[in-house]
Amino acid sequence: MVTEFAGFASLAPAYPEMLVAVGALVLLLIGVLARKEISTAVTGIAIGLMVVAAVLIVAQPNEGVIFAGGFINDGFARFMKVLVITGSAFALILAVSNSADHGLNKFEYPVLVVLATLGMMMMVSANDLMSLYVGLELQSLALYVVAAFRRDSVKATEAGLKYFVLGALSSGMLLYGASLVYGFTGHTQLDQIAQAVALTDRNPGIIFGLVFLLAGIAFKISAVPFHMWTPDVYEGAPTPVTAFFASAPKVAAMALLIRVVFDAFEPIARDWQQVVIFISIASMVLASFAAIGQNNLKRLLAYSSIGHVGFALVGLSAGNLVGVEGVAIYMAIYLFMTIGTFACILALKNDDGYVETIDDLAGLAKNRPFVAAIMALFMFSLVGLPPLAGFFAKWQVFLAAMEAQLFVLAVIGMLASAVSAFYYLRIIKVMYFDEPVNSYAAPAIELNIVLAVTGFLILSYYFTIGAPLTAWAHMAANSLF
Amino acid sequence: MMTPVIGLGHFLTVAAILFTIGVFGIFLNRKNIIIILMSVELILLAVNINLVAFSSHLGDLVGQIFALLILTVAAAEAAIGLAILVVFFRNRGSIAVDDVNMMKG
Repeated sequence: MVTEFAGFASLAPAYPEMLVAVGALVLLLIGVLARKEISTAVTGIAIGLMVVAAVLIVAQPNEGVIFAGGFINDGFARFMKVLVITGSAFALILAVSNSADHGLNKFEYPVLVVLATLGMMMMVSANDLMSLYVGLELQSLALYVVAAFRRDSVKATEAGLKYFVLGALSSGMLLYGASLVYGFTGHTQLDQIAQAVALTDRNPGIIFGLVFLLAGIAFKISAVPFHMWTPDVYEGAPTPVTAFFASAPKVAAMALLIRVVFDAFEPIARDWQQVVIFISIASMVLASFAAIGQNNLKRLLAYSSIGHVGFALVGLSAGNLVGVEGVAIYMAIYLFMTIGTFACILALKNDDGYVETIDDLAGLAKNRPFVAAIMALFMFSLVGLPPLAGFFAKWQVFLAAMEAQLFVLAVIGMLASAVSAFYYLRIIKVMYFDEPVNSYAAPAIELNIVLAVTGFLILSYYFTIGAPLTAWAHMAANSLF
Repeated sequence: MMTPVIGLGHFLTVAAILFTIGVFGIFLNRKNIIIILMSVELILLAVNINLVAFSSHLGDLVGQIFALLILTVAAAEAAIGLAILVVFFRNRGSIAVDDVNMMKG
């Protein structure tokens, strides 16, 4: 008996994951056994479960490596897991009042979101190519279903199909890379791979495998040239699902990318830095120009998210401590900006349905001044205007790039940022200076709360969460070096 | 007469060819989404050949365990892919690749 208890205690680093896994199964049971439709109750319990998991992660460090090196819980993993859980919980909150409109009022939706969150937590904590793959697939399989959740809609099922085909292709590329890395190093564990890589002298097989691995992960963070699915999936999927896609999975995939390049391929940093610099520049530039022609808000935000991934990758390109710290801060701020922007879209509903195009926003300032003001705040923050949070996010990653002597990259990034200002500011212009065309109903109470909270954090970033977030991100980045 | 020895390189070549056929099958095929699903399976099988060949070459079992995990996940992936395909067919009445075109831009 004693050994059994000791064995269970040795799993302490994975307690949050175990809690979420058991919770997902219990939620599934509740949903199946309940006689009537109880999706709202299941959503509530799911959000509670995530809050408990986040508190557990913050309050109980329990750092360590378990499952024969397959699972690692360190400062970096804890930081990213809290971000992932925050994104998922907010995405569930956004869906509460409008789940019936979007066909999400079935208990399976929160259960799938919880399972996807579990997959993301596994990705963040993966320390072995196998656990990395299984975590990634747990997340992806749940997300494919969620994208096509509204099964009577042509657009949603098409979005699900596109996401599935390209997601499966990206998993295949990632696996092909993983198989080459395993074959040429003889290991699947990340730190052992790093040791083997340091001993061999730039083996082409390893470089080949690394490039395939990076291509697979670039799909998941939707970086150019692997971004084709993003606008279609964002447009077709129900809006609360899009809000989820744009927030938590990106953070998790970015964490995975950082973990892989720093834990396993640190000795050949020069090689992966070139790849990351290329996809960073391509993402920033393409997103800035492609978004200009968009009139559909969700497509525009899809390109915006591609661009922001590019900016975050500027920090990673630097390949140093400041860079990783910058990426961590960037993803945290990006998460709040994204959730807030999608909350604005979900808050605008009239008899014809939800706001879809930029033209629908005309004159919003007269009709719904609060939502318009928050939306304008987020647009300014997405541009990167001081003193809003978006400015500090960009400042941190460009600082890292300057420190690593990547001046060209930093200049291109700043120019792309200036171009992107055009389409963000166009939304503000339409909201404040055009004649009203639609009148929207008052948003639900929890959407107002989300708008107020995210808006306040973005506006007062420098005075409130800025310092603690930076300190924590510094600790998180430190655990990788 | 000497029989040629089939070594690691041969297995890797077969896997690389299968992988390439799979990727091209996804991008060049304009007829049927089922063919895309078959191409995805082909890619995963190429990876499995790679892993098992490396595992045998290195004398290390981890590669074969990895291959088993991939087989399991591939089965789940195929099930979900076909399910999404069925709901898409109900809405669109077609599974031709050219008809997956509601959203463009």
